[in-house]
Amino acid sequence: MATDVIDQLVGIAPGDALDSLRNQRPNARENAQASFDALLHSNDLENVSQLERTAIAYWTLALSQSSATRFYRDLLVAEDEATLVALEAALPGATTSGPYGDYPDGPLSVENVEGLDWQPSAALADAVGARLAAALAHTHLLVYRPRDSSAEAIQALLDAGWSTTGIVTLSQLVAFLSFQLRVVAGLTVLKGNL
Amino acid sequence: MSETVIAHTFAAPNAFTQAELGWEAWLEPLPVEELTERHWAGLVDKGRANSPYFRLLVRDPDILGARTRTDNDIFYNEKGGLPRAQRELTAATASRTNGCIYCASVHSRFATHHSKRFDDVQRLLDEGTAAPQDDPQWRAVIDASVALTETPGEFDAANVQQLRDAGLDDLSIVDTIYASSFFNWANRLMLSLGEPTPPKE
Repeated sequence: MATDVIDQLVGIAPGDALDSLRNQRPNARENAQASFDALLHSNDLENVSQLERTAIAYWTLALSQSSATRFYRDLLVAEDEATLVALEAALPGATTSGPYGDYPDGPLSVENVEGLDWQPSAALADAVGARLAAALAHTHLLVYRPRDSSAEAIQALLDAGWSTTGIVTLSQLVAFLSFQLRVVAGLTVLKGNL
Repeated sequence: MSETVIAHTFAAPNAFTQAELGWEAWLEPLPVEELTERHWAGLVDKGRANSPYFRLLVRDPDILGARTRTDNDIFYNEKGGLPRAQRELTAATASRTNGCIYCASVHSRFATHHSKRFDDVQRLLDEGTAAPQDDPQWRAVIDASVALTETPGEFDAANVQQLRDAGLDDLSIVDTIYASSFFNWANRLMLSLGEPTPPKE
């Protein structure tokens, strides 16, 4: 049987109640895995390297405080341990809770919620390079305060050397993992309460 | 090559609404004449070539195709499980929580279309996800979607019990988890790559 990362992370075996339930949404099951493969086992690394993909994945899971973080940590260790060490050192200063952020000025301004505007330290930027550092800042934005997204945030990525296609892939990576980690969290709770 | 974002001159909508909004990208969508066979496959539905959002996402066609097939099964597979109206309600709730005015407009409109309950949906938009809802199923689905959207996640056994007590079966609970989680994907794409345009007159 081909690998299914969500099954692996939740602990779903063939024949389990959750296996049957997931089979009732077969295209969602197959394409959640196809999404993982498209982002983390891509043959086209021209715009986003394998190390960048793996580092951004770990950073997304770690900031989200997901139970699946260890899986992505292991992928990053296998790719480049020095990057993991740098990210783990930065993690305590970057971790918070969300979502927060501002709305366009108007009736929703009363719902604006202040929070951390995290930027990589000089030490982290030295360790991982300016290009990955810019992506880590963007990942932080998308994980915790997606409504603070802006043209300026996209410009910062372009200025750091990201291509338009690379930014699409980066956004998909953080966004897909935000889906996957929630499915894992939700199904894990359901598994314990069937 | 030094690239620059596309500047917008319109004032983006600043309130949640069920009205039809447009959306414009900060990065250049792939021009229709540059779409290859692989890009058309990624679009899944050819009509999506008319959308700047999908023509921007199609720059990475494999993940777009997988995203769209995931989306379609979660929202449109009606073999049992959560009623369509409540699936749209989870989407509107996640979008209201994350603050995606565009996504909330589309999916609140769909929730109203399927439920015929404009006022209950509008209350969610106007007063927020904690606004009163008399229907226990709506209450449970909204609470579950908020809990799944929070970081760190807050979804727990009490949410599962609340969904069950409201009469939802296990497949409906799986649908609730999938649909709420999916909008944490969709919101992050919509919010980060562009912004909504004002409603048509």
